[in-house]
Amino acid sequence: MAEKTINITLKVWREGGKYGSGKFETYPLKDIGTDMSFLEMFDVLNEELVSKKEMPVAFEHDCREGICGTCSMVIDGQPHGPMKGTTTCQLHMRSFKDGATITVEPFRAKAFPVIRDLVVDRSSFDAIIQAGGYISVNTGQAQDANSIPIEKETSEKAFDAATCIGCGACVAACPNSAAMLFTSAKVSHLGTMPQGKVEADKRVQAMVNQMDKEGFGMCSNVKACEAECPKEISVENIAIMNRAYMSSVLGSDKEA
Amino acid sequence: MNWFIRFLTSSIGRKLVMSLTGLFLIVFLVVHLGGNLQLLNNDEGRSFNLYAKMMTTNPIIKFTSYGLYFFILLHAIQGLLIWNKNRAATGLKYAAKKRSPGVSWASSNMALLGTIILVFLGIHMGDFWFAMKFQAWPDADAGRELVKYTLDDGTISEAKNLYGKVNWSFSQAWIVVVYIISMIGLAFHLWHGFASAFQSLGLNHKKYTPFIEWVGKVYSIIIPLLFALIPIMYFLGKRFPDWLEFHFI
Repeated sequence: MAEKTINITLKVWREGGKYGSGKFETYPLKDIGTDMSFLEMFDVLNEELVSKKEMPVAFEHDCREGICGTCSMVIDGQPHGPMKGTTTCQLHMRSFKDGATITVEPFRAKAFPVIRDLVVDRSSFDAIIQAGGYISVNTGQAQDANSIPIEKETSEKAFDAATCIGCGACVAACPNSAAMLFTSAKVSHLGTMPQGKVEADKRVQAMVNQMDKEGFGMCSNVKACEAECPKEISVENIAIMNRAYMSSVLGSDKEA
Repeated sequence: MNWFIRFLTSSIGRKLVMSLTGLFLIVFLVVHLGGNLQLLNNDEGRSFNLYAKMMTTNPIIKFTSYGLYFFILLHAIQGLLIWNKNRAATGLKYAAKKRSPGVSWASSNMALLGTIILVFLGIHMGDFWFAMKFQAWPDADAGRELVKYTLDDGTISEAKNLYGKVNWSFSQAWIVVVYIISMIGLAFHLWHGFASAFQSLGLNHKKYTPFIEWVGKVYSIIIPLLFALIPIMYFLGKRFPDWLEFHFI
């Protein structure tokens, strides 16, 4: 059976090199298979550009199966494109109409400076994780998993928060460029687990302080993050973090 | 830096200040509306004028009013600071910006809506609050007169006829229009602000959040609507029927 194909016009943000501080470049693309992923469509475009001795469009990708959080594109005004709960790599060209003009921009936030074209520097997220997004475990024999009791509902709730892949779509979607959904997913994931509860008071203060230091905005509960998150992380986590932060500052000895 | 200052100036602390002052103002609006609705009594302003007199002489109310001025200013200044900081945090604007599904227009325009309310407060307080508290009464040329009422226990109470001032203001079409626009702004501000205040406090749970959201939406429609009803009724020269006579406090 013949594969269905569409023709599209791609409006892509190019930045760096000869494009300097950036501008949109338009590329018409013919006979794009609808079974292609959005990134495969970019591969096709880049092949064409290379064969014309032009600089290919720089974009980030890694696993291409929706679990690494590397892809970072805003497609027609939506981080990871129009499909709910999906990363860019899992978005397929069948989601677009024949003849469509698709605008592709990098994630926009002061804390995510553009490196080139669609590639942004998300090391501000790494800094937040380094501030407290971990548990301290002494090395040695791994103990029996069942020796730390945890309710199924609790572990499921922690897992829901743990599905955050740290892609930064929440920041890209937020009109305030706030990183509250990302930070809160980590705080609530670790703070819910018995292993993470030990350092919960210190963690929440350290991570919130770092988040503020990185220059992210403040949450105004717009909830665009929740709507655009490819893992559909709930803003309930933000409330959990607010609660944990207040009770840590006002109710514990910790002063991060 | 002192830990408490750091707490209050953190992103979560600033939102906590917005939330607590916002909830205080939400409660205040109900009290204010209760007083205002007496303007619609068909009694030539008696109940309203006596209420206004009580509000400007009662020491507890006077004390609370300083808290109110402080919280309004804190809410407004903090809100503008947050808006400014958030603007600094955002990068270039998206060329193709689409509102995400389920996101209300009000939620991303709180600073604009708040500014409309702040400008309105300036006009509103100049119109009534300043006149009531700081201008000379009586002043026949400016329509500020005193009225005497015989109370239930037979004593005579002299009050400023603020009702007369309201009556004059709400006969002016432009003032009525300003009030209606401002109340629409207030409605949108509350549409997001009510439930948002609870989320900032860390109160979000499937057990009660749907209820809070429902109350917030009902509140944000009913309260501004009743506020706006007063200038509209005055402009049309209508009052409550006698059976609906309403006394607050």
